[in-house]
Amino acid sequence: MNFEAVKAIYLFEMARTRRTLLQSVVSPVISTSLYFIVFGAAVGSRIQEIDGVSYGAFITPGLIMLTLLTQCIGNGSFGIYFPKFTGTIYEILSSPISMTEIVLGYVGAAATKGMLVGLIILATAALFVDLSIAHPFVMLVFFVLTAVTFSLFGFLIGIWAKDFEQLNLIPMLVIPPLVFLGGSFYSVSMLPPFWQAVSHANPVLYLISGFRWSFFEISDVNPLVSFGIIIAFLGVLMGLLVWIFRTGYRLRN
Amino acid sequence: MAPIVSVSHLVKTYGSGFQALKGVSLDIEEGEILALLGPNGAGKTTLISIICGIVNPSSGTVLVNGHDVVKDFRATRAIIGLVPQELTTDQFETVWNTVSFSRGLHGKKANPAHIEKVLRDLSLWDKKDNMLRELSGGMKRRVLIAKALSHEPRILFLDEPTAGVDVNLRKDMWKVVQTLREGGVTIILTTHYIEEAEEIADRVGVINGGEILLIEEKSALMKTLGRKQLRIELAEPVTVLPQGLEPYQLKLEEDGGRLIYDYDASGGRTGITTLLAAIAEAGLRIKDISTRQSTLEDIFVELVEKRA
Repeated sequence: MNFEAVKAIYLFEMARTRRTLLQSVVSPVISTSLYFIVFGAAVGSRIQEIDGVSYGAFITPGLIMLTLLTQCIGNGSFGIYFPKFTGTIYEILSSPISMTEIVLGYVGAAATKGMLVGLIILATAALFVDLSIAHPFVMLVFFVLTAVTFSLFGFLIGIWAKDFEQLNLIPMLVIPPLVFLGGSFYSVSMLPPFWQAVSHANPVLYLISGFRWSFFEISDVNPLVSFGIIIAFLGVLMGLLVWIFRTGYRLRN
Repeated sequence: MAPIVSVSHLVKTYGSGFQALKGVSLDIEEGEILALLGPNGAGKTTLISIICGIVNPSSGTVLVNGHDVVKDFRATRAIIGLVPQELTTDQFETVWNTVSFSRGLHGKKANPAHIEKVLRDLSLWDKKDNMLRELSGGMKRRVLIAKALSHEPRILFLDEPTAGVDVNLRKDMWKVVQTLREGGVTIILTTHYIEEAEEIADRVGVINGGEILLIEEKSALMKTLGRKQLRIELAEPVTVLPQGLEPYQLKLEEDGGRLIYDYDASGGRTGITTLLAAIAEAGLRIKDISTRQSTLEDIFVELVEKRA
């Protein structure tokens, strides 16, 4: 294992985060605060509680997930796409490092940055609402697993993307509807039966539900099922990754 | 001694169906400077990219220091440094960070003393805290060389190192290359500047259309294919060659105002003394004399045109 290389890539990526601190940290905090003001204060004044949890607190796990998913996919995809775009990827490809080490460096950094922003959102949320975490360990497991899985997802998008449009396609067009319709701002049980069934086809529902369970012990689906879904998604991504390693898809061809 | 790089029957066909290499075989000895000459699209960059691990070969093998570049990539890439053709840099990084990053990628622990030495050798020390986007093109080229040297490679690939570089910088780079060679580094450079190959290479390979047309010691190449020409300008033009000059197979140019004599400069007897005496004997008056040596460029053009 070439640890020096993993460290070099990781620190290099983290250094970029430091350079773009405003964009990386301040902007998600502002947008989350806006969600709390609009949804928490305006909508929340009409919906008092869901399953015994105040509306402001209820939407917090969903908001953290929204940020975590967007951040991790964005970081993961940009981290590997940018060297492809500028051409500096030659250096990564001609270094004595395996694809596993490349993934560890890039995905590790993307997940770290995503989690940092996620924690900042959690702290911001605590300013607006009363929060308690029933199962901190479970919460951490969901948090880390989601960060790693979606950073890896982003990494794969970054390898696949041939231009900036493709790079932004999934993060901009696919993720927000999934998050908004995944029960971030409501309990799925509030929907008519047909839409409840449709919602269960949305993988993000399971993430949010499991994560929310770790806070308030309330969930739309069994937390174990949520856990299983994340693991399954991670497994699919790993499979894709192995295929990319073997074929050199869009990297060495 | 086993060659440090051994390429055999290397073929690369890209997804588009374009065959960039058509069975290239080539051995590179440790410590030599090999120049690969060829027009654009000849396959130079593809060949280098495969040896360095950037592109997968379609078939054939490449051994570096006895290790296969695909199966044993850690061993091969660890001793190779690559300076790419394009000026690809992280615009927002500082010189120091980007060079240190390259060292880390190659699995070597940080060594500020070595990085400092590399930067000083390349006259980059006073720019170490500058962002790359603030540097000129020539300076960026130096940074790419510094990155390639950051992990103390035994083999250095320079892909068109002096393309678009001014004369002074080109001379500076040749000096750097000489210093590295004195330190035992094997250097492979691609270029389409013939004078560059002529100036610094030990051996010259000519590649075109994905095939190696020739690979030979530069001096031997110049000797075999290199001819010298003596040009004699006459004070008064002649219409026919006077008697006594037939053995020299002279050519008349410029309406009889110039005599051309081809000879082999490497032989002990060039025949120049007797020719000049014969010219004087024939009563011709000489206005001026010059010699011209065929260059690698002549050889190269001849080779590429012959096969085209």
